[in-house]
Amino acid sequence: MTTRYLLQGVRPYGEDATDVLVEEGRIAALGAGARDARDAQVVDGAGLVALPGLVDLHAHLREPGREDAETVLSGTRAAALGGFTSVHAMANTSPVADTAGVVEQVWRLGRDAGWADVHPVGAVSHGLAGTQLAELGAMAASAARVRVFSDDGMCVHDPVLMRRALEYVKTVDGVIAQHAQEPRLTQGSQMHEGVVSAEVGLAGWPAVAEEAIVARDVLLAEHVGSRLHVLHLSTAGSVEIVRWAKERGIDVTAEATPHHLILTDELARTYDPIFKVNPPLRTQADVEALRAGLADGTIDTVGTDHAPHPREDKDCEWAAAAFGMTGLETALGIISTVMVRSGRMTWRDVARVMSQAPARIARIDAGDRPQGRPLEVGEPANITLVAPDEAWVVEPAHMVSSSTNTPYGGHELVGRVRATFLRGRPTVLDGRLVEATPAGAAR
Amino acid sequence: MRHLLSAADLDRAQAVEVLDAAARMAATQSREIKKLPTLRGRTVVNLFFEDSTRTRISFETAAKRLSADVINFSAKGSSLSKGESLKDTAQTLQAMGADAVVVRHPASGAPHRLAHAGWVGTSVVNAGDGTHQHPTQALLDAFTIRRHLKADTAHPEAIGNDLDGVTVVIVGDVLHSRVARSNVQLLHTLGARVVIVAPPTLVPVGAHTWPCEIAYDLDQALVDHQPDAVMMLRVQRERMGSGGASAGPGFFPSPLEYTRSYGLDARRLRMLSERAIVLHPGPMNRGLEISAEAADSPRAVILEQVANGVAVRMAVLYLLLAKERETLA
Amino acid sequence: MSSGPAVPFSGAPSSPEPPGPPAGRTAPIGGAEVLTAPEITRALTRIAHEVLERNKGGQQLVLLGIPTRGLPLARRLARKIAEVEPDLDADALVGSLDVTMYRDDLHRQPTRTLGSTDLPPGGVDDQVVVLVDDVLFSGRTIRAALDALNDLGRPRAVQLAVLVDRGHRELPIRADFVGKNLPTSLAERVQVRVAEIDEVDSVRIDGAGLAED
Repeated sequence: MTTRYLLQGVRPYGEDATDVLVEEGRIAALGAGARDARDAQVVDGAGLVALPGLVDLHAHLREPGREDAETVLSGTRAAALGGFTSVHAMANTSPVADTAGVVEQVWRLGRDAGWADVHPVGAVSHGLAGTQLAELGAMAASAARVRVFSDDGMCVHDPVLMRRALEYVKTVDGVIAQHAQEPRLTQGSQMHEGVVSAEVGLAGWPAVAEEAIVARDVLLAEHVGSRLHVLHLSTAGSVEIVRWAKERGIDVTAEATPHHLILTDELARTYDPIFKVNPPLRTQADVEALRAGLADGTIDTVGTDHAPHPREDKDCEWAAAAFGMTGLETALGIISTVMVRSGRMTWRDVARVMSQAPARIARIDAGDRPQGRPLEVGEPANITLVAPDEAWVVEPAHMVSSSTNTPYGGHELVGRVRATFLRGRPTVLDGRLVEATPAGAAR
Repeated sequence: MRHLLSAADLDRAQAVEVLDAAARMAATQSREIKKLPTLRGRTVVNLFFEDSTRTRISFETAAKRLSADVINFSAKGSSLSKGESLKDTAQTLQAMGADAVVVRHPASGAPHRLAHAGWVGTSVVNAGDGTHQHPTQALLDAFTIRRHLKADTAHPEAIGNDLDGVTVVIVGDVLHSRVARSNVQLLHTLGARVVIVAPPTLVPVGAHTWPCEIAYDLDQALVDHQPDAVMMLRVQRERMGSGGASAGPGFFPSPLEYTRSYGLDARRLRMLSERAIVLHPGPMNRGLEISAEAADSPRAVILEQVANGVAVRMAVLYLLLAKERETLA
Repeated sequence: MSSGPAVPFSGAPSSPEPPGPPAGRTAPIGGAEVLTAPEITRALTRIAHEVLERNKGGQQLVLLGIPTRGLPLARRLARKIAEVEPDLDADALVGSLDVTMYRDDLHRQPTRTLGSTDLPPGGVDDQVVVLVDDVLFSGRTIRAALDALNDLGRPRAVQLAVLVDRGHRELPIRADFVGKNLPTSLAERVQVRVAEIDEVDSVRIDGAGLAED
């Protein structure tokens, strides 16, 4: 018998306050029906926004291979603290997640950890080498039931391979999540190519190297009639192409990361590799275009691209540093600060881009452990409670991720996760991880 | 001034101050006894992650002429490898008592990182980083230009003068050139008009915001701008034409075509005004960006640049080290 | 430096310029004047004669002024010497000796601007060098000057002429020619102005609490 929870006075989707009764892993009652809640543990939710548990289509949990940077356990603890009930683990591990064996290992590590559902992303190409398809069918058929395939970190740049992959995943209703980066145009690239790169003398990563691949891939997706998901759009041009493709009826979805919605290439002037990321931080105009695209639905999802790195990979000169920044614990705070408080999005929109749409794209919105479901009676109790006006300062030393490479250290964000429920079990209460719960409780 | 990382660190008054101090230093270097006691007891480390015998010797000479102790640390090859990090190397040198670190590094921004990452508390002088900056080269170029074009009998050293009214044309591989970036900024700061001339493949995207004009036709630029100084940048042969499968397409069809379009030869030399001088940061590729006639002509001040380099670096070390210690920012 | 904003603040009542110090003054003048312009001239005239007397004429004589204010004083002394000894060329007697790079207190001060060192055409070897400075205080400047001179050649003798000796020596150094001995407290500041630089000739003592020049 699991504990019953009564979430008192929470505002689903930031709308009217109500009570939510959580029982047996499901939302048992809402509003008046929730009043008869004897024995229930009461959570004072006054002023808190209730969202469906957040779903990240894009995280690097580093296990197996780089457990010094992150593990499935540490990464999912960070996810829970950030309000996520589901994370997709990218395939660029060592060994690469390109076989049923590796994806099942990652999936099982997630089950054992119990802090969030872990959905392994399968590699598109064998060893991420970009030459030969990985065993997509086997990964799809495995216990991990992989539906999202990506060589993320590398671009599937061979147009023939991309075409084959798009065609092949139709058999499992899968999706190819493309890291759009023309490799020849970005050899040795360190940052966005533009005014700042010209001045600071770092090799440029031109916007066209992303846009050319996005344009090619939406046309390929149209041609073969398959689903394409474009990861981390970073340029205004990419937003335009996706907008055009959607108008044309192409089955494309797109993602923006929190950092591309708030940071610009001006930060490279510091030469602090904490701001080194791929795709690179772009210009203010690009940031504006991404915000507009996310608000108008051109961009479907926010993915964290949580990319932990050990300290020595950032405590060095820019060119020697690794690409990437952590993001699971700060994503919601940034979306709240940048999109909600500015009035560009409602909390219902946040639920769409951080929960419902990613779950639908990954096809995890149905089945025995569905995610991204609406906050309705009978649905699984995957719930994130957010204090929308709570200002907090990001402290790298206090993060629960194994890595501290957050670019927001010392910065104030407004909007903070207070509680996360994974199928009725609180992983986070009062803004802190609920340590005592045995992992098996979520099974 | 605590560090010298970029030509952009200097405003006009500060740049003139460095040039004036360099003029004073240069005057001492014609004496029989060239050594000054100014930096006795101070330790300067030359930390070179990239081969540059010329620059290292110039800094070493400058430091020794000011009686500083000099430690040369060459770490070529270990820069981008995991073996010994920039941070560890710098901290080791600080533990040895370095007051200033002169750093040459293939990664843009490495000196900036050294100065601002909180690893060490020494002064940092950028002796060339990647494709970013080489501020002492720009200072010695400005010093050389000022001496030739802004001095008169009453002011043989042009003390106090900037480069107002001087036009400088910088020719060549601007994209990969830290010398060009530093010079565009410093010469502009000093009031000169700067024109860069290069094939479009060797002009960085974004350079349109620089405080200079950009031209693609050297002959036209020489006619249009009547430069007082022409600075030829070193061009690396491997960037010309196809350098093998891995190098990809070059930035230019062939060395020959580069020389025809952008080389300073006898014909172009004759197009220059009476007083115009020719600079080159060295080492020169004779026959590629500069012909033997141009390099050896009386207009060429290339060897003077080398001599002035010592005076300028003495001035920089003096201004950074001969004062009370500044508290860490 | 301008004495106020070039454009009046908008909304400010238009009024005549408030009375202020005339332009061109480098610093406000305060304290008690201890040498007036005529007194300075007389002191320099006397020193010029003393120099000639001590050295039995002006042959093989070099006057090296220490920048900033020692240099114009050296030039004036040279002119006065040349007036007495018409076969001497005043300009050829004078040089400047910048001692900054020889100072022992560089690490205690903000960066000092370097002055020029110019020797007369004959150099200093086997000459009698008279160092000329405005104020003799701790003696450290003269110590630095002796070191600097040592790197430039080997004079037959070195002598020292100062306009003011204010005492408080920290080194075994004394002046050969003194315009005025001026007992001071360490808290006081002696401010020498010379017309070539400051538009007026004057020596003043400021009270305690003022920063050193």
